[in-house]
Amino acid sequence: MQAFYGFKDGSGEWFVIIDADKCNGCGKCVKVCPGYALEVGEDEFDPLSEKHLARVKEGERKKIRYTCAPCQPGYGEELPPCVAACEPRAISHSEAWRQSYAKK
Amino acid sequence: MAEEVKQEYWRWPEGTWVNSGIDWRKGKIITAGVDVGSVSSQAAVLVDGDLYSFSNTRTGSDSPDSARKAMGIAVDETGLTVDNIDYCIGTGYGRVNVPMAQRTITEIACHARGANFMYGPEVRTVMDMGGQDCKAINCDDKGKVLNFMMNDKCAAGTGRGMEVFADLIRVPVWEIGPRSFQIKKEPPMISSTCVVFAKSEVVGLLEKGVPENDIMAAYCSAMAHRIMELLNRLGVHEKFVITGGIAKNEGVVKRLEKELGIKTAGKVWYKPAYKDYPFDTQIAGALGAALFAEAMVSKDKVKSVRKA
Repeated sequence: MQAFYGFKDGSGEWFVIIDADKCNGCGKCVKVCPGYALEVGEDEFDPLSEKHLARVKEGERKKIRYTCAPCQPGYGEELPPCVAACEPRAISHSEAWRQSYAKK
Repeated sequence: MAEEVKQEYWRWPEGTWVNSGIDWRKGKIITAGVDVGSVSSQAAVLVDGDLYSFSNTRTGSDSPDSARKAMGIAVDETGLTVDNIDYCIGTGYGRVNVPMAQRTITEIACHARGANFMYGPEVRTVMDMGGQDCKAINCDDKGKVLNFMMNDKCAAGTGRGMEVFADLIRVPVWEIGPRSFQIKKEPPMISSTCVVFAKSEVVGLLEKGVPENDIMAAYCSAMAHRIMELLNRLGVHEKFVITGGIAKNEGVVKRLEKELGIKTAGKVWYKPAYKDYPFDTQIAGALGAALFAEAMVSKDKVKSVRKA
């Protein structure tokens, strides 16, 4: 399952995408996130599964564009810390940040 | 002086239904789901996994009260009380404020599960058009969420937007769908995304003397277009269904079908035994929550809290 955390508005699509099938719940992304946007908890979208997964904190979802922005200028050349820390490669970001913040 | 008749055009009909064919006293597991949304609240009660009753009402200013009201209407005159319920799950926007619920589950998981039960296991894409947001969900044959996308930044292109619009043009909200087809030519859609801006755009059109029906068509197609953008990002697969209040507005649904080139599934219960039961697209969330509660209790994942 791919969980899209974030929002879409007139300025673009701002989503942190976490692949539940790949995530192993190790919590490395939580430790490296400078914005404290991530946490590990039970799978919200599959209440019957016992697996613990990384997710974006509820309070951060509607402002994820701004929380994630500081890590994004190097996006495309250098990976954001959460993506770099994730061994199973479960985390990705939608394109809007790259288009708005990448070095020209 | 003529007396002014006050009519609230946004007020959509509430509903409740009890299955007279089931005696809850004989049921082993009684579970409930309460969906407190931003605009409407629903409750659904299952007896041994069979739909026993549901209610659909408007959310008030107080979430716990709305939850109690929805639950109260659902079990009205049945003798069933909260104490008889094994497990209750809260969902929706106000899910943390459901007093009788033992736990909460996001409305995304619940809508996928509810739609799976209502429309059958072939459902692959569920579009929930709520009061303040819309969610596109892809799910598998068991109603498990595969991926989802939410547009929750503002109320534009959602149920509440439609209510505001109904109030503005003074047409009951359930008449907008049929009347939006009584037009000569499809008008250009309302261009503003924001509800407040769309409102002033509509006022402008009214002043220009554009027929009411044309404005309704313009608003419905604007809404359909917004939903389509979200759906295209996620990908739509058949069987495609819409849940929530906007599913009842054919003006939006038919225009969306045309834009997507995919038909929405008919509003009939998947289980043949349910064919005479009323079909309310708004109860999908509450029904999903009740189904999760049922699954958890019957698999002994949670303890029953039944008192009587």
